[in-house]
Amino acid sequence: MTKIIVDGAEVDVPAEYTILQACEAAGAEIPRFCYHERLSIAGNCRMCLVEVKGGPPKPVASCAMGVRDLRPGPNGEPPVVSTRSPMVKKAREGVMEFLLINHPLDCPICDQGGECDLQDQAMAYGVSGSRFHENKRAVEDKHIGPLVKTTMTRCIHCTRCVRFVTEVTGVAELGAIGRGEDMEITTYLESALSSELQGNVIDLCPVGALTSKPYAFQARPWELSKTESIDVMDALGSAIRVDARGREVMRILPRVNDEVNEEWISDKTRFVWDGLRAQRLDRPYVREGGRLRPASWPEALAKVAEKIKTTDKARIGAIVGDLAAAEEMFALKDLLSRLGVANIDARQDGAAIDPAAGRASYLFNPGIAGVDEADAILIVGSNPRLEAPVLNARIRRAWRQRGVRVGLIGERADLTYGAEHIGAGTDSLIELVEGKHSFARVLAGASRPLILIGAGALARPDGAAVLSAAARLAQGVEARAEGWNGLAVLHAAASRVGALDLGLVPGEGAKTAAEMAAPGGLDVAILLGADEIEVAPGAFVVYLGSHGDRGAHRADVILPGAAYTEKSGLYVNTEGRVQVANRATFPPGEAREDWAILRALSDQVGARLPYDSLAQLRAALVAAHPHFGAVDAVAAGDPADLSRLAQAGGALSGDVFLNAVSDFHLTNPIARASAIMAEMSALRQGSLAEAAE
Amino acid sequence: MSVRRLAEVQPADFEFTQDNLQWAEGQIAKYPEGRQASAVIPLLWKAQEQHDGWLPEPAIRRVAEMLGMPVIRVMEVATFYTMFNLKPVGEHFVQLCGTTPCALRGAERLKDVCRKLIGEQNHVTADGKLSWLEVECLGACANAPMVQINFDYYEDLSPESFEALLEDLRAGRAVTTGSQTGRSCSAPFGGDTSLTDESLYDGSVVGGWKSRFSEEAKVDAAEAGAAAKPAEAARPEAKAAGSKPDADAQPADAKPAVAERPADRSRREGQPYLGSGASAPAKPGDKEA
Repeated sequence: MTKIIVDGAEVDVPAEYTILQACEAAGAEIPRFCYHERLSIAGNCRMCLVEVKGGPPKPVASCAMGVRDLRPGPNGEPPVVSTRSPMVKKAREGVMEFLLINHPLDCPICDQGGECDLQDQAMAYGVSGSRFHENKRAVEDKHIGPLVKTTMTRCIHCTRCVRFVTEVTGVAELGAIGRGEDMEITTYLESALSSELQGNVIDLCPVGALTSKPYAFQARPWELSKTESIDVMDALGSAIRVDARGREVMRILPRVNDEVNEEWISDKTRFVWDGLRAQRLDRPYVREGGRLRPASWPEALAKVAEKIKTTDKARIGAIVGDLAAAEEMFALKDLLSRLGVANIDARQDGAAIDPAAGRASYLFNPGIAGVDEADAILIVGSNPRLEAPVLNARIRRAWRQRGVRVGLIGERADLTYGAEHIGAGTDSLIELVEGKHSFARVLAGASRPLILIGAGALARPDGAAVLSAAARLAQGVEARAEGWNGLAVLHAAASRVGALDLGLVPGEGAKTAAEMAAPGGLDVAILLGADEIEVAPGAFVVYLGSHGDRGAHRADVILPGAAYTEKSGLYVNTEGRVQVANRATFPPGEAREDWAILRALSDQVGARLPYDSLAQLRAALVAAHPHFGAVDAVAAGDPADLSRLAQAGGALSGDVFLNAVSDFHLTNPIARASAIMAEMSALRQGSLAEAAE
Repeated sequence: MSVRRLAEVQPADFEFTQDNLQWAEGQIAKYPEGRQASAVIPLLWKAQEQHDGWLPEPAIRRVAEMLGMPVIRVMEVATFYTMFNLKPVGEHFVQLCGTTPCALRGAERLKDVCRKLIGEQNHVTADGKLSWLEVECLGACANAPMVQINFDYYEDLSPESFEALLEDLRAGRAVTTGSQTGRSCSAPFGGDTSLTDESLYDGSVVGGWKSRFSEEAKVDAAEAGAAAKPAEAARPEAKAAGSKPDADAQPADAKPAVAERPADRSRREGQPYLGSGASAPAKPGDKEA
């Protein structure tokens, strides 16, 4: 720790702090453009100038100077930093004036207006007028894809976007060409950005140079209602803020949550909002003569109730989709058990996970933040870049900053870091378990090995054996640190861990999702937002969900539900963290919250669910499953489960691993309804096809 | 400095010649594993040298590929440094120093000559022979004003001599590199004004002590001949290290480097290299063929 005096107040800060961090610790605000906590230090905007005694006799860029580089006074006094002296004021005004020389005064037509760092800081630290009468610099706009809109005349060359794209996403496509006044931020020959995290440059850009293309000229930040919520596009449960105007979600932004997404979100999370408006089921439908016709709620519910009442309970079943919140899953299970139906499954993809094996058998046990502690990482049957881009950025950081070795078993892919491809199938996994492969030594020498199992590796007939082999790998390491459980299951569905926690798997002798969907499997199938599975002809299908996707096309009765931004619900992410998604808007038309539909249905079938409000439902849920009560906390799995899992064994088929996600942009009904995602997907597939030629 | 962007018309492809490829691999090998990107400037420079003095876009891609760099990083380097020409240049590419000493000594008038004979900066004459660019200090201030044409300096220029020089180059006639007024290096105009005493150079006053080395060497050689020869053969470096460490070792190391230079220079065709005695006139037909 080092002592330093900031504006007269002495503070004790770690020696590796920069002056800027020390000033923040002392409560002094330092304006900045290029500095960002999660990126490398560039020191090129000069906005953070401060005056120091014990350093150079000139204004010092506080972001780029370490506290330890300051000299003490002649009698050993701590170095003195002043952030409010006349010299600092003059320096800031000077820098601001220079920045504004070439910055256009187009705030009224700029999408950044109202949330612009330059605008705010010009108000706080600038002067009122300009002494610059010459022509301003003009720069041609760049076309860097359908997501990021550029107005490069506004660029102040902070290079945050360049550093983010290079360091965090690992797809170094942005750069600064030319120099001096001719410097321009661009991609190589203006090719489109290809990272799954590119949307974050919009947030990083302190001015309006990089803005959201789909959101362009849609709304002003001050007219939006902001709701803190949780993302469901992947199983990470990134913290998001949903900005809505009236009934429409206008945009989605990340919130800071160091435990999960830090402050990044994937492009699917950010730009899926137009999918919330399209293809919506806004009224009940009933199929008559092969065609769906609009119906009223009583009619639709009566039809479903009649079907359920007249059908043998062993011939009824429910399949739960990937975006369902815990409340409706709990209500559905409750309803079915009241009816005496045991056929229920939340594993549309047929993942061989059984909650009976213990919670540790299906969680990302080390925790998402645990990636920062892992000292060897093995990825089995997954492409984290597509299945959880934000997590992939964390793995990349471990590889880049700490030199953690990463092994990959499964499909070859550009993961943005140097993953050693060990093999494609289970044979390589066995080699590792038996210690025959060179990477086994890496794992054995690690005290915190992380074995990441993708959803694709489990959703296969020998999935249980794969999981067992992975558990053996995670366990068989001698140097394992105390309390470290390295088995990390990366789910692809946001609802999956919650569903497994609630026990939404078929009971004794009951049918799995695949059996239910098979021809002759069921007479009545209830799909709670299940769109990734095709129910064979013959069954009467009730679809309860928000979007007209595969499930709705197959349905005989459609009960319109709410999307994730339209209901308050609990979601459990892949590491077992219980999080609350809040309602930002109301469901469209006659659509209702899913649990309320189930409650209404329960009345009609004569098995009334004993909760009349979401609060009561949640209370019942927490009473039955206490860990759901601890929001934002992770109830850790029992390490003993790991040993049992490791002993389970099983025969491996020898097949190659296939990833759960092949088309990043189209993994769920909301994304498939989104025109932006469709465009991105087409672009991606097009570039893949081009690369293959 | 003008805006530096890629030329609109680009060749379809770029490939290093076998010689240059070998040279490039030698450059890359200089750097430790994982630091190959350090060779980006030498490689771009070589690519430019091979490609008639300007750097095409395929070459940028090729260099990025060779060094395992993101292509935008190479692009950043290529657009940053003014020594990389991103657009075609004349066969004789004139870099005219416009920095203070040259400006004081009449660089402005040389620019007028350029404008008259060639046109504006970065403009290649119709015959493809000449183009010019104003650059910052080239470090020959004592001989100001000066220009660099391809790999050679032409110093002590006057508008007349510069014009004649450009005409000679255009016509493919032999030209003199270095000072155009005939002085040696940056010796004073009109002959030496100090240190004119002949005895300074005959070894009688200054440098006489140097003869000690040759005498000692003779003695050493005589002794070595008398001593046991096998022992000396086993440690051939012992003698050199023992008696005169620098005087012997230095020239031996430096020689190959000196020998390489003419070869390098001659890659730019049409440039007689007078310094090494090659006074044959350039063959103007080479370029077109």
